[in-house]
Amino acid sequence: MPAPAEFHAGFAAGLRGGELPPGLAACPAEAAEIARRFAVYRNNVAVSLVAALARRFPVIRRLVGEAFFDQMARIFIAQHPPHSPVLLEWGAAMPEFLSGFPPLARHPYLADVARIEVARGAAFHAADAPPLAPAALAGADPAGLRLGLHPALRILPLDFAAVDVWARNQPGAAPRPIDIARPQIALILRDRRLDVPVRAISAADRLMLDRLRAGRTLLASAEAAAATDPAHDAAALLLQLARDGALVAPADGVLS
Amino acid sequence: MTGLPPDVGVGFKPDHHAAIRRAPSQMGFFEVHAENYMGAGGLPHAQLTDLRADHALSIHGVGLSIGGPRLDAAHLARLRALCDRYQPDSFSEHLAWSSHGAEYLNDLLPLPYTPRTLDLVCQHVDQVQEALGRRMLLENPATYLLFADSSIPETEFLRQIALRTGCGLLLDVNNVFVASVNHRRDPRAYLADFPLDQVAEIHLGGHAEEALPSGPLLIDAHGAPVADPVWTLYAEVIAQRGPLPTLVEWDNDLPEWPVLQAEALRARDILRGGSGLARAS
Repeated sequence: MPAPAEFHAGFAAGLRGGELPPGLAACPAEAAEIARRFAVYRNNVAVSLVAALARRFPVIRRLVGEAFFDQMARIFIAQHPPHSPVLLEWGAAMPEFLSGFPPLARHPYLADVARIEVARGAAFHAADAPPLAPAALAGADPAGLRLGLHPALRILPLDFAAVDVWARNQPGAAPRPIDIARPQIALILRDRRLDVPVRAISAADRLMLDRLRAGRTLLASAEAAAATDPAHDAAALLLQLARDGALVAPADGVLS
Repeated sequence: MTGLPPDVGVGFKPDHHAAIRRAPSQMGFFEVHAENYMGAGGLPHAQLTDLRADHALSIHGVGLSIGGPRLDAAHLARLRALCDRYQPDSFSEHLAWSSHGAEYLNDLLPLPYTPRTLDLVCQHVDQVQEALGRRMLLENPATYLLFADSSIPETEFLRQIALRTGCGLLLDVNNVFVASVNHRRDPRAYLADFPLDQVAEIHLGGHAEEALPSGPLLIDAHGAPVADPVWTLYAEVIAQRGPLPTLVEWDNDLPEWPVLQAEALRARDILRGGSGLARAS
């Protein structure tokens, strides 16, 4: 009997495709059958991890095709195996992996789509924070008002029109032409139903949100956005965020 | 902690939440996989908080790797935080391993049963119970292979763990059937040797079947109804041991809620002394 540590190392190496570990038995103990039985474990590990990635990257899977995705996922798993039993945190390396995956070299926008899916996963599981009550905003002086953004909210500057690609690949979405080369900025948040929508926002929207997050007042943030785009509609952005429950108390808890 | 009620429950799936809440719940408890609730917030915790408000709860770990070389302290701390948050009526894990070094292998892997592995598992169960400040339950595995070095029968291995650590046992009747068929043994002989007095929960689930030259190989796939021979074995255990908290697991190819609920109600019929046939479809 090898020491337990050697046993585990040998078995794990076999799961990764190495030689069958020593000391396996079955009834009847035929060598061919032992290999078939060991293959159940090897298969369980691979299939369950591929399934975890398929749940995490449904749009990528739809875009490249299920069979292609499942084969590619096995390569990803070999290069980036999970390091924790908490699989909901696994897969962040997918955008970079896709960028460097030669068979997809002609589809560079896929990495941006994967960035959206990674961010959606993080937003789905992000910490809770109570939305500001409308009363907290009513009558407040924008020159003194500071707002926090919900911990689930994420802003992703993208090289391609990946928000449009993501939207067109949602269940029931109507096909429409996409100018893929157009860079977009994704706003990802968790709405009041705890769903995670993805929207494109303008550069001015992004600037205003960055300023709010940095602790600037509402007025200063809106003015910064207006300075880059005189037509920027700060009220519309604020209203949408309030509807989604994405406005919270600022980090220090002081509104104004 | 008083333990789960001697009633039926199901493994909770997020897709079923709305259907479960559409009518007064008939479930005695729900069970969740611990690792699915290790994010900070959002829908998983909202649903679990909602169910916890009026149900008993079992937290079932699938990633602690109790049969592995060493326990992951960070994961143990996450389990502690989850148990502190939800105060479950039961915490259980598997006689199996799933991590090697830094790599998580995401399956319940088998281990040889020897005096050395017995020491290792007992040490880990002690460590878990100390970290969580509660008694845990350990589940018998579904296995596809044996080890030439195993010198202790699985039932004796589990009995010794329970004796030495004070942990309870989770008897998975489907696993008993799967492993017995796979190893060409008699499941009733296994159950006759099993320390039934230490059992605090039962699992039932469906399996899949493959063919080997020597006969069937059953896979613990949790993607089908509970098989008839498993119902029969379950009824025999209940007849011998009396009502025990009983969970129906269904993790893959998830059915609509009424299908899963019907499986649980069939188990309840057996728990209450019926044949279970009234609910058979």
